[in-house]
Amino acid sequence: MVRLITHNLLACHVKGCTSNNFPLALKDVQIELQEAEFNPEFVTNILPRLEWSALADAARQVGDTSLPAEQPEMMDDDLLRNLHHVLLEIHIVEGAMVCPNCKHIYPISNGIPNMLLAEHEIG
Amino acid sequence: MSRPELQAPPEFYYGDTEAKKYTTNTRNQQIQADMTYRALELLNIPSSQPVFLLDIGCGSGLSGEILDEEGYVWAGVDIAPSMLQVALEREVDGDLFLQDIGQGFGFRPGSFDGAISISVLQWLLNAETSHPTSSPPYRLNRFFTTLYSALRNPSRAVFQFYPSSDDQIQLITSIAQKAGFGGGVVVDYPNSKKAKKVFLCLFVGSGGGQQLPKGLEGEEDDHVRFERRREKEKRRDRTGKRKGVKDKAWILKKKELYRQRGKEGVPRDSKYTGRKRKSIF
Ligand SMILES: C[S@@+](CC[C@H](N)C(=O)[O-])C[C@H]1O[C@@H](n2cnc3c(N)ncnc32)[C@H](O)[C@@H]1O
Ligand SMILES: [Zn+2]
Repeated sequence: MVRLITHNLLACHVKGCTSNNFPLALKDVQIELQEAEFNPEFVTNILPRLEWSALADAARQVGDTSLPAEQPEMMDDDLLRNLHHVLLEIHIVEGAMVCPNCKHIYPISNGIPNMLLAEHEIG
Repeated sequence: MSRPELQAPPEFYYGDTEAKKYTTNTRNQQIQADMTYRALELLNIPSSQPVFLLDIGCGSGLSGEILDEEGYVWAGVDIAPSMLQVALEREVDGDLFLQDIGQGFGFRPGSFDGAISISVLQWLLNAETSHPTSSPPYRLNRFFTTLYSALRNPSRAVFQFYPSSDDQIQLITSIAQKAGFGGGVVVDYPNSKKAKKVFLCLFVGSGGGQQLPKGLEGEEDDHVRFERRREKEKRRDRTGKRKGVKDKAWILKKKELYRQRGKEGVPRDSKYTGRKRKSIF
């Protein structure tokens, strides 16, 4: 499973692909929703390392519009809950992630993304 | 029989049959669980701190199940599809990636609050092809460099592994140091042939505490340790901490809501929608 928290932390790792290699574009994805325990401290702790607009975009692509396009200055409880849902309860189970720069395709099948590189792609 | 890592590449060694055997063997489950608990202890994360961890070589999820149990959010990577398949079937909570750690990670800087790796590192010491990118030092360097950047400062990465010589330990630690890590090797029960365990304890920055932890001494008493683990499982049953699963109706309602908000491309309801998750123990 790829939760959006992990998608938001993942860039392309193909040799020489070091700029414009994030976020990986979601392609033909299917999602599964699974409840996770809400822990506001976790969400707060993870927030500074997220790319907000990439997260809001990814969420919108899978049908969740609960996050504003720009990161609000203030986090209230509702927003933390929405973030929690987006980060931890939406799981990508099928589809692909495509590098915006080198176009490498990381296919996701049966919940598991294939991150293996061919020999010439190893950095 | 020689060690597994000398017999075949990991993705072949851990094929369907071995993956099942490995995972269902209760003695093995206990050993992996004990080492995972010890690695978490060495990771030294304050109990109040909610963190995101990486399980390197997560396999079929024996280490990951302990992370779930302890309430950690995590992602795991492994090179063996059959092991990951078993992890899926056991319904661990972590995200699973098919990945060769010797090819390095693409995680953005500071993604994880820590990493553990149980019984994996020795696999990186064998070359599989003659291509330059498949020499052990090359792969170790790529691995440690990209791991270092994926970790927050300060944080730790703890590896239990099976070195077959001091030279191997030397090779691994020197490459880790070059990648920026501090820390070193912690040996538990160094004088016991059976219970001896080697942990590589790597620090990013101060590692959240300067001192390298001390290895455990004396003879390990298996019985006591397993007793402790059983206690732990009982406690867990009592608090019933495992996350509940929202039913299919809840999920469909949520998707319906997305659709009403006028969003196109709401994923169609897959066969996974709201599938039941069985508890692991
Ligand atoms: C002994 S198992 C340990 C699995 C799990 N950590 C546990 O405690 O049960 C070793 C695992 O390392 C994985 N492994 C070996 N080489 C690897 C590599 N280059 N990249 C990712 N995983 C690897 C194997 O596929 C296998 O699942
Ligand atoms: Zn790329």
